[in-house]
Amino acid sequence: MEKHNCYHCSDDCGNAIIRFDDKNFCCNGCKTVYEIFSTNDLSYYYDLQQGAGATPKEIEGKYDFLDTPAIVERLTEFNDGDLQIVNLYIPHIHCSSCIWILENLNKLNPFINSSQVDFPKKTVRITYNSGKTSLKEVAILLSRIGYEPNISLDDFDNDKKGADRSLIYKLGIAGFAFGNVMFLSFPDYLDLSSSNTSGGEFWLNEYKSLFRWLMFTFSLPVVFYAGAGYFTSAYKGLRSNILNIDVPIALGIFVLFVRSTLEIIFDWGPGFFDSLTGLVFFLLLGKFFQQKTYSFLSFERDYKSYFPIAVTRIRAKGKEESTQVHDIKKGDRLLIRNEEIIPVDGILISANARIDYSFVTGESEPVLKVSGDKLFAGGKQMQGAMEMEALKSVSQSYLTQLWSNAVFQTDKSTRFQTITDSIGKRFTIGVLSIAFVASAFWLYQDPSKVMNVFTAVLIIACPCAIALASPFTLGNMLRIFGRKKFYLKDTQTIEQLAKIDTAIFDKTGTITTVQKSTATYEGMPLTAEEESLLKNTLRASNHPLSRTLYNILSEQNIITLDQYDEHLGKGLEASKGSDHIKIGSADFVGNPEHKDSLDTAVHIANNNDYKGKYIFHNQYREGVSEVFKVMGETLNLAILSGDNEGEKSRLANLLPKLTPLYFNQKPKDKLSFVKELQEQGKKIMMVGDGLNDAGALAQAEVGIAISENINVFSPACDGILDASKFTELYPYILASQKAIKIIKLSFALSLAYNVVGLYFAVTGQLEPVIAAILMPLSSISVVGFTTLMTNLIGRKLK
Amino acid sequence: MSVIYILLAISIAVAILFFIAFIVSVRSGQYDDSYTPSVRMLFEDELVKPKVGEHPQELEKEKEHNN
Repeated sequence: MEKHNCYHCSDDCGNAIIRFDDKNFCCNGCKTVYEIFSTNDLSYYYDLQQGAGATPKEIEGKYDFLDTPAIVERLTEFNDGDLQIVNLYIPHIHCSSCIWILENLNKLNPFINSSQVDFPKKTVRITYNSGKTSLKEVAILLSRIGYEPNISLDDFDNDKKGADRSLIYKLGIAGFAFGNVMFLSFPDYLDLSSSNTSGGEFWLNEYKSLFRWLMFTFSLPVVFYAGAGYFTSAYKGLRSNILNIDVPIALGIFVLFVRSTLEIIFDWGPGFFDSLTGLVFFLLLGKFFQQKTYSFLSFERDYKSYFPIAVTRIRAKGKEESTQVHDIKKGDRLLIRNEEIIPVDGILISANARIDYSFVTGESEPVLKVSGDKLFAGGKQMQGAMEMEALKSVSQSYLTQLWSNAVFQTDKSTRFQTITDSIGKRFTIGVLSIAFVASAFWLYQDPSKVMNVFTAVLIIACPCAIALASPFTLGNMLRIFGRKKFYLKDTQTIEQLAKIDTAIFDKTGTITTVQKSTATYEGMPLTAEEESLLKNTLRASNHPLSRTLYNILSEQNIITLDQYDEHLGKGLEASKGSDHIKIGSADFVGNPEHKDSLDTAVHIANNNDYKGKYIFHNQYREGVSEVFKVMGETLNLAILSGDNEGEKSRLANLLPKLTPLYFNQKPKDKLSFVKELQEQGKKIMMVGDGLNDAGALAQAEVGIAISENINVFSPACDGILDASKFTELYPYILASQKAIKIIKLSFALSLAYNVVGLYFAVTGQLEPVIAAILMPLSSISVVGFTTLMTNLIGRKLK
Repeated sequence: MSVIYILLAISIAVAILFFIAFIVSVRSGQYDDSYTPSVRMLFEDELVKPKVGEHPQELEKEKEHNN
């Protein structure tokens, strides 16, 4: 059969093709979107990029909470009179078609004034007339065309803050001043020895004070605005008794500024304003380069990012109302619709429910719950609507409690000392002692030169190149990793990654794939008729396990069943001729003794005769065994799983001998496990994927989330690794270690420049032009060296 | 040589003008999203491809549809 792909979403249409307008569609949803677009003259959408759309999801009642004015008030950016502006996050934005259609929303709803897409952030900013339309209508429109906005508790709780642009301003000011000061000090460069006494250029002598005071003016905003960060950082460091790298930098800026000012006041010389502004400009440039952000990824997500803002509460007398999640109290009856997330722990009231806990545990198989079972917050209802009773409030639920742990309150970056700061201490002490020794020497030789030498040492030793080595090496490394689909939060993560000696892995979803696609059969062999019947019965079922098993079983002829019944949450029943087959849970097929089994299994019985069961296995990622073997040579490894011990023996075979395996670990256990190891002095990398790993990810030196689709949810972490690159994790760690070596080599290089500069400074011959040449030269050679070396490392990575 | 005052004044004035332009552009958010405008500029013209003669009716239909 020829394969047809959907004209709208490019998915395989399968057997049920819908023909419309000479085009193939995989479902009615896609067809409807096409109709909306084509009747509104928006079919250009399909010309820009083929099959760019998404199947619209069920939205009935989903956005009812947007009727509540208080919620709308919190969500909108601007809300006054008839005008509202809202910034919505739409995960599906991925191509130019998306931008085009979303920016033409006013064709679909004339009360939308304008809409603007921010592609890297995947957001659309919509301005609309709230008198004529509403946020709810806008959200429904977006969902109808397959661009479902993601409105979560996070949007509600977070106060919107503007982007921090201060670094760009500072960089602009420093660059502006640097250029102008260079320009103004040009006459001085050309006519070094000129002065009134020795003749020299007339016009330079005439106007030099004007030139110099102009340079002074330009340097003021550089010192007091652009460079202010270094003073505060140095002050903070000193107050907590740390000599960080900003101390010698701040000292250098200060001495440069004071000495230059004094020089022009007393007409001793032209001052070092060019070096001063250049120094600040280069330093800020390093900071800017280091700051690579993946705006489409979030490293700060907690449960709030995917919890809903409101749920439907059922009042006495069956009245439904939309309630904010924070207002849910113990004892409230809640209505959870299909695909909605359970916001609080509770008890199921409806007859049954299928809950997908993949956000929480990484386990993709939905769990069946029956009336009276306990439900945990974070699960997603997968089968129709259900009613439940809340047992706790949101913040006290099993999962959300984790976030009250102190580890989430502290900023990770303050817990570690960077490599640059660790050398800063020795550097500062070294520079200060050289300055004092040289001053002491000149005190005997020529006391008039003491201040000159002392300040010259502090100026020339200002560790510009050292401060640049780390940002440029790590910043470049960060970009290289990003191209290899290993996204790190900041450059500090690379430093931490280079230091780790222990790697801990979560099991489900981390070293296993999300799909369970292998199954083994245990029991009496099935006859040919039974196999045929089994396959044909499964064919009719939509249950995920049926689909998986159907794909595993060998091809059979299609037969027509005499009878077919699907018992929700139990199993399937079908008959053909004399055979009557039952497929499903142990209870359903009449074999209660297998009930306690830990595995995911599908049991089979024919004519009430128990035959056997298919046991589903976690499919381990390709190359897991090799990855662990290589890693195990240098790192301590451990597996920390929230699951039961069902897979223990299989896992033990797969991994290097004596790899510690821990099962039944609760989210808090994982956190304290990491903490205990840290107290023994271990540096830990935690690799996980679900919200249950969030505590351990935050506690570990490096927390890495594995993600099948980086656009979809991943918990707060330091880095996100695309699942396809799992086998490359160890080479990435080694590359980080090499990056640290490069930084150390760059330190040596810049120290060599410092020695040359110090020679001029100590002997009292430091001319401004030497400083103006030496500092950019050392900075540029360090930047060039690090860029070259990191690119060499990057080329070897896959 | 006092023409140098004028020259300096002009050069600094031009520099400051550009500097102000830079500040204004940052403030207006030009540096927040450096990707989308590069895509957006490519499809401004193809907004709608109306078929000749049909367009007026289409517009009316659209109005009905939306009301």
